[in-house]
Amino acid sequence: MIEIENVRKSFGSLEVLKGVSLTVPKGEVLTVIGGSGSGKSTLLTCINGLEPIDSGRILVDGVEVHAKGTDLNRLRRKIGIVFQQWNAFPHLTVLENVMLAQRKVLGRSRAEAEAEAVRQLKHVGLGDKLSVYPSRLSGGQQQRMAIARALAMSPDYMLFDEVTSALDPQLVGEVLDTLRMLAAEGMTMICVTHEMKFAREVSDRVAFFHQGVIAEIAPPEELFGAPRTPELQKFLAATV
Amino acid sequence: MFDTALTVNDLLFLARGAGMTLLVTAIAVGLGTLMGIVFGVVRYQVGPWWGAPLTFFLDIFRSIPLLIQLVLANAFVTTVLGFRVSGFTVACGVLSLYTAAYCAEIVRGGIEAVPQTVRRAARSLGMSWGQDMTHIVLPLATRVALPSWIGLALGVMKDTSLVFVVQVVELLKSTQILITRLQEPLFLLLICGLFYFLISFPIARFGGYLEKKWLAND
Ligand SMILES: Nc1ncnc2c1ncn2[C@@H]1O[C@H](COP(=O)(O)OP(=O)(O)OP(=O)(O)O)[C@@H](O)[C@H]1O
Ligand SMILES: [Mg+2]
Repeated sequence: MIEIENVRKSFGSLEVLKGVSLTVPKGEVLTVIGGSGSGKSTLLTCINGLEPIDSGRILVDGVEVHAKGTDLNRLRRKIGIVFQQWNAFPHLTVLENVMLAQRKVLGRSRAEAEAEAVRQLKHVGLGDKLSVYPSRLSGGQQQRMAIARALAMSPDYMLFDEVTSALDPQLVGEVLDTLRMLAAEGMTMICVTHEMKFAREVSDRVAFFHQGVIAEIAPPEELFGAPRTPELQKFLAATV
Repeated sequence: MFDTALTVNDLLFLARGAGMTLLVTAIAVGLGTLMGIVFGVVRYQVGPWWGAPLTFFLDIFRSIPLLIQLVLANAFVTTVLGFRVSGFTVACGVLSLYTAAYCAEIVRGGIEAVPQTVRRAARSLGMSWGQDMTHIVLPLATRVALPSWIGLALGVMKDTSLVFVVQVVELLKSTQILITRLQEPLFLLLICGLFYFLISFPIARFGGYLEKKWLAND
């Protein structure tokens, strides 16, 4: 379970998160929508401790992420994250990309790591790209590789930050299909997305982020069907 | 074709000089690169403010002519500190620091060229700072830094010709000794240049080979 309690976070004088509270139980698929610059990416990077917070707290399975004694490297094993920008390790092949952290972080043997990497890469449809370098992959393939790389760590939670928004339109579908597949498999996921149709289909709940707080959170039928706040009504009108 | 007084023994004498040049270069570039990596990582990690003392220290080695450094260091170590060290040791010490000073900047530049997004991805997978450095940052920085580093190594190789001031007889000094004796400067310098070429060429080619290999993947 991920518990976010009244989290505040500023960059200099700009307060980006203004008291965010949210609980994501195991097995839930939560999508987060909201305008550009509203703090969605910041929230995700706070959850895995990449960014410090100013106040409040975030608990992952009861462990406080930003507490002094927390071993972040250990905690991050169970939180996979995929970013908007492609960030393959360019000097390693696709297979090596997916093997590296398994070996160094989880201490898996070469054979174990390779077997798991192959399994995950096949899972996301990259079984024929094992020995290719990332520069030879399309954007959609790079994102699917990043998903496989995160999944190979056997995480309990997956965070997706607009993983399709840097892609050409014709490549968006293949990546969303991968996310749908994960959702169907019961993975606990937080997906920041601009794809409303996708959010409507896969989500258990949808959170609308506005000016540093969660302005509205509800199951998709409710949130899209009967938006309560004027901000959300405006946002939805603008995106359709 | 040539009417020369050069004997086989003289050639061996030159070869020994070349050996000394190669040895000093190898030690200076080896130690200097290791130190340069450490200094470069520290310099990058602590930022310009805290790194200022280190930068200043390294700048000393970059801005004072090597010849002066060698003479002063030799005088300082042997006369002031009273250590009984050979000119060879002083030469290797000074050239290593000189190499490290340049290498540190090259390393820092290389590290800065590694995209933050890639490093965040590594840390997100649970990799520690050290694992990120060894498996992601330094390999990628190496690709960026290699051409400058090759240039540095070749430069240091040529700069070793200055260590004669601390009584180390390397290739150029050997050549000069023979010139004084045989009075055949052009011919001897030609041979000397050939030796330098034989030492440099493999380094340059090896760099070119690596670059091409890496380029194929990018
Ligand atoms: N490292 C940083 N330093 C300073 N300001 C930052 C930093 N990261 C984000 N910000 C600012 O914080 C605000 C929120 O950024 P964030 O990336 O979380 O928004 P977002 O909701 O993900 O937007 P988008 O939909 O465009 O991705 C923005 O105004 C951004 O400029
Ligand atoms: Mg964002």
